[in-house]
Amino acid sequence: MQSNAALEYDYSVVKLFTYTTILFGFLGMLIGTLIASQLAFPELNYLLGEYGTFSRLRPVHTNIVIYGFTLSGIWATFYYVGQRTLKVSIAESKFLTIMSKVHFWLYFVGALIGVVSLLLGFSASKEYAEFEWPIDVVVVLIWVIWGVTMFGLIGIRREKTLYISLWYYIACFLGIAMLYLFNNMEVPTYLVAGVGSVWHSVSMYSGTNDALVQWWFGHNAVAFAFTVPIIAIIYYFLPKESGQAVYSYKLSLLSFWGLMFVYLWAGSHHLLYATVPDWMQTMGSIFSIVLILPSWGSAINMLLTMKGEWNQLTDNPLIKFMVLASTFYMLSTLEGPIQAIKSVNAIAHFTDWIPGHVHDGVLGWVAFTIMSALFHMAPRAFKREIYSKSLMETQFWLQTTAVVLYFTSMWIAGITQGMMWRAVDEYGNLMYSFIDTVAVLRPYYTIRALAGLMYLTGFIIFTYNMYMTITASKKLEEEPQFRSPMA
Amino acid sequence: MEIRELQAYANFFFTVFLVFLLYGYIIHLYRSEKKGERDYEQYANIALNDEITDAPVERNPKTIDKKEKGGKIDE
Repeated sequence: MQSNAALEYDYSVVKLFTYTTILFGFLGMLIGTLIASQLAFPELNYLLGEYGTFSRLRPVHTNIVIYGFTLSGIWATFYYVGQRTLKVSIAESKFLTIMSKVHFWLYFVGALIGVVSLLLGFSASKEYAEFEWPIDVVVVLIWVIWGVTMFGLIGIRREKTLYISLWYYIACFLGIAMLYLFNNMEVPTYLVAGVGSVWHSVSMYSGTNDALVQWWFGHNAVAFAFTVPIIAIIYYFLPKESGQAVYSYKLSLLSFWGLMFVYLWAGSHHLLYATVPDWMQTMGSIFSIVLILPSWGSAINMLLTMKGEWNQLTDNPLIKFMVLASTFYMLSTLEGPIQAIKSVNAIAHFTDWIPGHVHDGVLGWVAFTIMSALFHMAPRAFKREIYSKSLMETQFWLQTTAVVLYFTSMWIAGITQGMMWRAVDEYGNLMYSFIDTVAVLRPYYTIRALAGLMYLTGFIIFTYNMYMTITASKKLEEEPQFRSPMA
Repeated sequence: MEIRELQAYANFFFTVFLVFLLYGYIIHLYRSEKKGERDYEQYANIALNDEITDAPVERNPKTIDKKEKGGKIDE
């Protein structure tokens, strides 16, 4: 066994997940930009036959960015933050080292098969849960292996108390496990009744129940994949990069339980004015509004962590990324509850305001946090300084402008669309047909496509900067304690 | 009473119960700090001093070192 003096954190799996974060980030955003362009320029639907249509590519985009980019980012940071805050190297356990490698490779192969299956048109037809049952089985296996490595690492820890980030990683693990299992309860028709393809399955729930379970899943997938683990990331990386302790640790605990308590009840706001019981719709609205409290609790805690150190915002682009991410988190968690108010929802539902809301969250909050975490980890994992500060600045401003263009264009588009759908003339007849709205929205779709292109360009700059950091940047003699060195 | 009505009542009372728990937790946090039983803010340092050679904020008595060194904690 090794002695403490020779002990080092083992970043091999961190590196592997870093590569897949970048790979899936690029692919997901590329497809996202393509399908955004297809809405503005429909001819682009016919580039690749059936494989290039909007309907085929849309689930490919969402699945790659959620389960490719975001999950890889979550796991890259988990294997980093987990080791460091538990003060134990994964290399101290042969079993956990092997399991972490199995975790990565099974995930990578599974993700590739998943993407191909969606491209070929295999789909369970549930939003964000499109994978057919054989892939679901692999997903469950990957998840269990993550649980083994996470709780295994916790089991051999030197630090008795679990840092707040780990609470959030554990919540992500448990939350997704529960959601994924229940929403994917399905019957493989070929095996049960000898009907249809071996791949095919139907949901175990029917009608309104199916819709309720689906949106309980869908909304909480946002909670436990796009919120909880991203808070885990920022609770470690912002304090560490700035050298400032979290403003209030008690507030972090409190907003954790607040979030856990409230989030799970809000999903029914996706079904306002649908056939679910009225009290359940009202409950979804109320809980969505209460959700502002724990969300802002975390975000304000992050911003106050920078108290007295705001000068870092001007001279460290990494702090800029993370502070802006916290701000977008605040924006997004205020916008969501507003959309969940019944009377607002009457206009917002099914309009482009919804993808607008999703994207100020994912582009501004999720992706900014993950990219800044990758930047912070690179000098420690690869022992080289960040290749270019000026490229980081360029990327920051390009992508920030892109996010603003994206959500503002979709706000205008969504509200215009909502108002046109419900506009009636003096006799009570609808004033516009669907195609009238499409014609009006086209300029905004073009702006959105441009925003996507700008964000993608920023991501390519990020990829280049990371590649040069890993391969060609100046070597570091010592691991930096707080601020990441950059040229 | 219909099952749906029951569900709604159950939801309401369950929510009230959980609100009590949450507020109870806030009181617990502040009270145990005031009594000097626990200093929650020190745990923020776990992220800052996270070298493998740094002393833990609270050492885990069942640490891996203990298992290796026959019951002795390696300080």
